[in-house]
Amino acid sequence: MRAPEASFRRRLFARKVTAMGFAVLCLLGTSVGIVALALLLIDVTQEGIGRVGWDFINSFPSRRPEDAGIKAALWGTIWMISITAAFAIPIGVGAAIYLEEYAPRNWMTRVIQTNISNLAGVPSIVYGMLGLTLFVRAMELDRSVLAGSLTLALLVLPIVIVASQEALRAVPNSIREAAYAVGASRWQVVSRQVVPVALPGILTGIILALSRAIGETAPLIMIGALLFVPFTPSGPLDRFTVLPIQIFNWSSRPQPEFQENAAAGIIVLMVVLLSMNAVAIFLRNRFQSGPQV
Amino acid sequence: MVQEGLQRALSQSFMAQTSGQAGGTTDDLPRGPVAETRDLNVWYDDFQALRDISLQVPGHRITAIIGPSGCGKSTLIRCFNRMNDLIAGFRSTGDVIFQGQDIYGKGIDPVEVRRRIGMVFQKPNPFPKSIYENVAFGPRINGYVGHLHEIVERALRQAALWDEVKDNLRKSALTLSGGQQQRLCIARALAIEPEVILMDEPCSALDPAATLKIEDLMRELAREYAIVIVTHNMQQAARVADSTAVMMMAEDRAGELIEYGPTKEVFTNPKEQRTEDYITGRFG
Ligand SMILES: Nc1ncnc2c1ncn2[C@@H]1O[C@H](COP(=O)(O)OP(=O)(O)OP(=O)(O)O)[C@@H](O)[C@H]1O
Ligand SMILES: [Mg+2]
Repeated sequence: MRAPEASFRRRLFARKVTAMGFAVLCLLGTSVGIVALALLLIDVTQEGIGRVGWDFINSFPSRRPEDAGIKAALWGTIWMISITAAFAIPIGVGAAIYLEEYAPRNWMTRVIQTNISNLAGVPSIVYGMLGLTLFVRAMELDRSVLAGSLTLALLVLPIVIVASQEALRAVPNSIREAAYAVGASRWQVVSRQVVPVALPGILTGIILALSRAIGETAPLIMIGALLFVPFTPSGPLDRFTVLPIQIFNWSSRPQPEFQENAAAGIIVLMVVLLSMNAVAIFLRNRFQSGPQV
Repeated sequence: MVQEGLQRALSQSFMAQTSGQAGGTTDDLPRGPVAETRDLNVWYDDFQALRDISLQVPGHRITAIIGPSGCGKSTLIRCFNRMNDLIAGFRSTGDVIFQGQDIYGKGIDPVEVRRRIGMVFQKPNPFPKSIYENVAFGPRINGYVGHLHEIVERALRQAALWDEVKDNLRKSALTLSGGQQQRLCIARALAIEPEVILMDEPCSALDPAATLKIEDLMRELAREYAIVIVTHNMQQAARVADSTAVMMMAEDRAGELIEYGPTKEVFTNPKEQRTEDYITGRFG
């Protein structure tokens, strides 16, 4: 039986109010995030923008704040993120493709799957301890960029794997069937149809992972990244520091000039991070925008 | 009353079909079986989906498979190109013979089988790429020699889509209408020049006009290929199929083949009461 007109109207009004309430709540949540971020950015920019310049980027740290620069940390970060990406992306994406497209669905893969998901939640300092034991000591890489990068690669691997798996899982099965039906081998199905469709999602995962890696401090301090470095790494086995450590170092000094340097360092870090993401987003949009012939 | 209407519709479509054939479309061509199943049983894990199916698919003919939902039509048609291999828990006994060989036999590569037995799916499933790439994908991965664009054009012409897309081959296939997408999928299947084409309810998402277009196309294609079509539409089976197989679920929900013969006989003079009940709408 249909509800009487009056009660329907009342309910409709209540439903509309609920819908409105939820929309307002969402808007509020978004605004809190954006405003907080904007305030942070404005604060940092005001404090540090005066220091950012070629000299700052191209000088090594110094006891005198006005001479101190970020060169060692900037190059350290570039080295580190490049090596991390070189390990984490192929291994992570490869593992995701294996788990989603090749592995049989049995208890083994379920165990592996659960483990990967849990690893994503392990505190980064634990990875630092692992890196110290495994890379620095057992593999005798010493406190090098390579040891740090491998540690961070391990740290972000679960993020790359899980995000890539999600992206692959979102590819409709009908596309796989269509490709098999014209006589494609599994490799052709995966490489020519499935991965290209999943690529935007995979790139998003890579962005998230590298953004996480570029901001990590604790595991690198754990494996013994330097606090004061008057040189840039010239190879993967050199010692190093990275931007967040340099920023932390400066911000823990009492002099206000060093605080200024820390703010300027944050701006540099943000620029590196944003340009890295811009490249990834550019790639993602290229793959998303229409067909490639 | 409903029944009478349906019978009339059926007999009319027979007349249309017979007169069409009088023009001489397929009758002059050989009709030995190109594919057949022998005592085929299929399980998904513990559930038996097909029982003792023996069905011969003649060459240069259209074979329709009809039956109520869930009776195993898709399962059966997907056995012909080993599409079910992709499903975990799938298991089969019995033989599926293609050109004298058991395609589930040892040493048979399913990739080779699928190159020779094409498939069109129930829902149009073009690749999210250009129209051209959709058709060219099959020939390209199978290492076809010759000019790719000629192959693409021929397939699109055969699928009666060429005139609508010839100026826009680089456009995304996803911008086409549902009916155009389905014809694109047919073109994609034709481009690898298979010997048999399997169609699982190819018109279920299409309007009557597009449906008729695809039926014309199937008649045309039957001159060169063997076609197996699953359909829920009795009139469609009556209109296009040379022979019709009727499937039903047994007590345990396993699909069985209850009747198979020339379409005209199956529709006008079925051997089984259940067939008559089904096609006159008293069942399923
Ligand atoms: N992947 C699968 N796993 C388990 N059971 C399945 C699977 N696919 C189909 N089945 C079962 O097998 C039986 C036959 O399914 P099938 O899809 O072949 O039916 P159908 O005749 O094509 O039905 P419809 O006309 O609705 O498409 C059904 O009972 C279904 O539940
Ligand atoms: Mg079906």
